[in-house]
Amino acid sequence: MPFNQKPQKFNANINTVEIGYGDKAIKLGGECTFPFYTFDAPLENAPKVGVEISDMGLSEIPGIQKFYEGASTMAEIAKKAEAMEGADFVCLRLEGGDPNGADKSVDELVAVVKEVAEAVTGPLVVEGCKNVEKDSELLPKVAEVLQGKNALVLSAREENYKAVGAAAGLAYNQKVGAESAVDINLAKQLNVVMTQLGVKAQDIVMNVGSAAVGYGFEYVVSTMDRIKGAALSQNDNMLQMPIITTVADESWSVKEAMASEEDMPEWGPLEDRGISMEVQTAAAVLASGSDAVILKHPQSVAAISKMIKELM
Amino acid sequence: MALTGIQIFKMTPKKNCKECGCPTCMAFAMKVAQGALEISKCPHMSDEALAELSEATAPPMKTIKVGAGENEYSLGGETVLFRHEKTFVSKTRYAVSLCTCMDDAAVDAKLAEIQKVDYDRIGERMHVEMIYVNYEDGADKDRYVEMVKKAAALGRTLILGCKDVEVAKAALEVCKDGKPVLNGATAANYAAMSEVATAAGVVLGVAGADLNETYDTVAALEKAGNKNLVIDATGTSVKEAYANAVQIRRASVKDQDRTFGYPTIVNVAALAHGDRTLQQALASLFTVKYGSIVVMETLDYAEALPLFGLRQNVFTDPQKPMKVEPGIYPLNGADENSICLTTVDFALTYFVVSGELERSGVPCNLIISDAGGLSVLTAWAAGKLSSTSVANYIQENVEGKVKSRKLVIPGKVAVLKGDIEAKLPGWEIIVAPLEAVQLVKFLKDLTA
Ligand code: B12
Ligand code: SF4
Repeated sequence: MPFNQKPQKFNANINTVEIGYGDKAIKLGGECTFPFYTFDAPLENAPKVGVEISDMGLSEIPGIQKFYEGASTMAEIAKKAEAMEGADFVCLRLEGGDPNGADKSVDELVAVVKEVAEAVTGPLVVEGCKNVEKDSELLPKVAEVLQGKNALVLSAREENYKAVGAAAGLAYNQKVGAESAVDINLAKQLNVVMTQLGVKAQDIVMNVGSAAVGYGFEYVVSTMDRIKGAALSQNDNMLQMPIITTVADESWSVKEAMASEEDMPEWGPLEDRGISMEVQTAAAVLASGSDAVILKHPQSVAAISKMIKELM
Repeated sequence: MALTGIQIFKMTPKKNCKECGCPTCMAFAMKVAQGALEISKCPHMSDEALAELSEATAPPMKTIKVGAGENEYSLGGETVLFRHEKTFVSKTRYAVSLCTCMDDAAVDAKLAEIQKVDYDRIGERMHVEMIYVNYEDGADKDRYVEMVKKAAALGRTLILGCKDVEVAKAALEVCKDGKPVLNGATAANYAAMSEVATAAGVVLGVAGADLNETYDTVAALEKAGNKNLVIDATGTSVKEAYANAVQIRRASVKDQDRTFGYPTIVNVAALAHGDRTLQQALASLFTVKYGSIVVMETLDYAEALPLFGLRQNVFTDPQKPMKVEPGIYPLNGADENSICLTTVDFALTYFVVSGELERSGVPCNLIISDAGGLSVLTAWAAGKLSSTSVANYIQENVEGKVKSRKLVIPGKVAVLKGDIEAKLPGWEIIVAPLEAVQLVKFLKDLTA
């Protein structure tokens, strides 16, 4: 008696959201199965890998420095990021806008966005500085200057979705990221109010929150499992947006990726630890249902994109 | 297949004697069918009925024990596919692989490497729990046995990757007391392999050219009386391994197909030979998705730190955050004049912060107030860590015991500084860096 294979078929899909333009555009989402369950049904679009760059310049990590060698302007950095092996899109993070950090002006940051947008030809994701007030001023301007690029703007949150959603999703025809804090109800609620505002569900990509593995990551797994479950088995169209996860940012700021070799001699090279944290966190969020991950080390980007290809 | 209450009722003695705590045998049968009571609660059940029922009402996925003494591990026994439904019970275990294709120096180096990773994370010892010793067809038998002996000397649980019956027998001779796994049964050799495994009292690993062949081989082994099995889900590609691991788990847990009700081994060392970065990605993937044992070529600190952290997260109960008791924790020989630092009662946060404070060597009092077992920002966002909660805790529990009037607060809640100052007259409130890892330097500068 052979194995009675019982494929789990759902009559629902995750939305397909296209970002970028021309023949370099990419599609996020579209699946009708749990992550990489190609034995249940073919996967519409492979999950995508983005490369994070920042207005604050390059990280000190030697492997990253080496990869970008010779690039000094943001345009040059962006071009190299785009050409990284395994990269599907570039994510520009405007961390310098943080009022508790470099506190760069909106104009200065918008100029960086313009420079990068002119340099790259592939899909572009732009992430704000995480400060909700600053972002509600900054991100609408970003959306404006990116007109025609069909970019993804991260993120609208509970506190500023009106400003960010209206500008990016309604006025300037971009795709909008909806960011919530590791909770299925919060994720859904934000999608509901965004669509009530008039943003099309098909223009929304969710960032449902993340953590590095080891740091409350169980909630990330369960939030994503539950969202995909509700989207597919209950056909909940307020949870059918594809998920994007900012992995680099979480991974490189935990102790394992930060403690110096002097302090932790037995732990070995800091760069290896950062890559491990980034790669393992990315694999775990992809296994939990993320449709795109944002990474920064070339070795992580190559490995994760290879894993995705092998699973397709 | 699960039995109905009526089917179970037919097998009860129908005495209605109430000794099981139920008013009638029928009521008892209903409870057993729901999984609320064990069949053994009825003292009058015949042996045959008991055997039949315990088989039919047992959980669909078996719990298999491997290793001996303090290296004994339970694999499998899972009842759900997603951790939000119910806590996963048996952690993924990691093995590092040795192979007859390696020369002696490489084997020794690897064995030395394996022992380096050994540390504590929130009360759990983290180390390489298993060693996979692979026999390549045609390799020298004595050399393999020597390798197994050497590996066994480390006191980790072994997995013998060996499809040659004679070689497996010889290897088990030198290591069977440690209850290794013999991973070597195939459609071609299962009968002989099963005999060898059973004679040595060890778990047998089963593999097949595809899921159907694996299924048939497991069924044949069960028929022959061997149910002490694990399934090697590796196959020949990453895609196949993932499909196998998911489908085996799903068939048993969701579809109650007991033939696949066994834990799995996924050998990522074989799938991504020589590619350390990809192996880590796969180890993470199979920790989240259903690998009971994951085999890697190396597991050094860089690889282990995130992987063991991930495992600790995935296998905890989401309903109960791990908490520590609120209180004053004097560190590095602190006394009443030592500086105070405060944080929340989430076990992970406490573990990270106290670890850094200890590393700094600076005497200090770590003050933990009740924040519902949540992380700093979560507690703050939930209103459980506020200027009021901190100030009240200090006034009620600290001011009488500690003379220092310096309080360091976590960098992530720097916004609380002003309010805490207003509520705690006489105290100097100092904002710490964002991450605990920056504490050592910060404290040294502060107390210099
Ligand atoms: C897991 C998680 C949860 C879990 C809780 C798990 C737990 N036990 O805390 C759940 C799902 C329950 C949860 C719920 C919520 N969460 Co939450 N959650 C997270 C997540 C993903 C990880 C938190 C974590 O475990 N961190 C690890 C620990 C170790 O970090 P930590 O305590 O901060 O400690 C570090 C530092 O602060 C430092 N440190 C700590 N103490 C000290 C002391 C000193 C002196 C120093 C120097 C350093 C220091 O050391 C540690 C390592 O460096 C974060 C996002 C993220 N990636 O961080 C969001 C996050 C914290 N959550 C958030 C929110 C908003 C919430 C909710 C309010 C959502 C809601 N509206 O329901 C709820 C509130 C909870 C409730 N009502 O019960 C927000 C907070 C936003 C903000 N900036 O205020 C975050 C940041 C997510 C986000 N990006 O929006 N959450
Ligand atoms: S103990 Fe057994 S015989 Fe007695 S009532 Fe319960 S099920 Fe019936």
